Amino acid sequence: MDFAFMQEAFLRLISGVPLTLNLAFTSIAFGAIFAMLLALMRMSNLKVFDWPAQAYVFVFRGTPLLVQIFLIYYGLGQFRPTLDALGLWGFFREPYWCAVLALTMNTAAYGSEIIRGGLQSVPHHQVEAARACGMSGFLLFRRITFPIAVRQALPAYGSEVILMVKATSLASVITMMEVTGLAAKMISQTFRAIEVFIVAGAIYLVLNFLITRIIMAIEWWLSPHLRRPPAIEPRLEAAHV
Amino acid sequence: MSNGVASLSSQTVPAVSVANLRKSFGSLEVLKGISLKANEGDVISILGASGSGKSTMLRCINMLEVPDGGDVTIGGETIKLKQSRKGMMPADQRQVDRIRSRVAMVFQSFNLWSHMTILENVIEAPVHVQKRPKAECIAEAEELLAKVGIVDKRNQYPSHLSGGQQQRAAIARALAMRPDVMLFDEPTSALDPELVGEVLRVMRSLAEEGRTMLVVTHEMGFARDVSNRVVFLHKGLVEEEGPPAEVFGAPKSERFKQFISSHR
Repeated sequence: MDFAFMQEAFLRLISGVPLTLNLAFTSIAFGAIFAMLLALMRMSNLKVFDWPAQAYVFVFRGTPLLVQIFLIYYGLGQFRPTLDALGLWGFFREPYWCAVLALTMNTAAYGSEIIRGGLQSVPHHQVEAARACGMSGFLLFRRITFPIAVRQALPAYGSEVILMVKATSLASVITMMEVTGLAAKMISQTFRAIEVFIVAGAIYLVLNFLITRIIMAIEWWLSPHLRRPPAIEPRLEAAHV
Repeated sequence: MSNGVASLSSQTVPAVSVANLRKSFGSLEVLKGISLKANEGDVISILGASGSGKSTMLRCINMLEVPDGGDVTIGGETIKLKQSRKGMMPADQRQVDRIRSRVAMVFQSFNLWSHMTILENVIEAPVHVQKRPKAECIAEAEELLAKVGIVDKRNQYPSHLSGGQQQRAAIARALAMRPDVMLFDEPTSALDPELVGEVLRVMRSLAEEGRTMLVVTHEMGFARDVSNRVVFLHKGLVEEEGPPAEVFGAPKSERFKQFISSHR
């Protein structure tokens, strides 16, 4: 092992971390919104919404992300005149947006199933109590159903976030110079695959370690009801500041 | 059923009035035309064997079950129903929500919201449904929690409390809405025997305050001593009805006699 070289590789690859995180979190953010929408479509009990959502999830979960990226970046490139006419070429010309789009569509499919599971696991009797208090519609969803569902879905959604961070490495095939892209470039210049990929792997490991800690912290923060109660009651005045 | 002459003169609007209520689940007819009237301050115990329709009747009052036929009138306002493809449904969800915020319900399995502290459970509906100022709701909630004897638990979560404490919290949550009517659906049935007393004591104190209560229960002591009227349901119909002294002292129906003797 050439540690001096690995250090050099580390310094080169670390400059790809912002793009890796950018791709991951942009697509997770858009994907979560889309996933929510899909989950609600699945649970609407209306075939016009349910079926398209089911078909969407089937297609995007059932095909490799790499294939989706190729199809969006190279495949849609063949329809340039049409996209031009629609004013969308500026978007699909950019590998960044193609990568974000593919990652978003993919995570939305997985995320919608996680959210649907969370929503379905909300105990019926807690929803009924809310109805009995005069809650309905969006208020009921916002105050009772959604907060309980999020707590159920968070552990699974945490793994989805980690899968997404790793999936960004596929964006390197459409010229994105994130961590894996930089690694591939460096290898083609130095032919030292082992060292470079060890460094790249270690960077992903550290990133995901930090992300798991953050998710664990959020889980901890959201689930005081699953922990033992505090032994000593806080003082009366401090109870609800 | 109960004296029609008084209701015709109608000096007071009944707090709850149920007329000819019918409800089926599939081919099973659970309610076959039940009528019931509760005036303000009435404490009505609803008795009956399991399957007699007593819980269903109670749940029809706040539309947790939508009756197939009949009228539910709360404080003079009849809940509007309409026919839909899947059977009857409320015609105006806003009306139902408004009425529900005046008719509080206490459930057999407490149904507290697991992600909220006891205090948050109690202030939830007053703040978000009734839109009252939060500070005022908190102050009132603490009084109510003190009243049911669990103010020291206010920052804990339902899962940290015993069944009896959870049910008392649920009663505080119901009271926080300043309801005109309180519905209790077998409030002590899910409790360990030694915890039943603490909940019944709270309910007794509410009855003594003059609150209007409809209580589905198996607690004969409560029905006999606390309520001012007892309704006995059998197979979806009112089989026996009257003041407790009367119905327990001289039951007319054979079914009710059997029921009393089996619950001694």
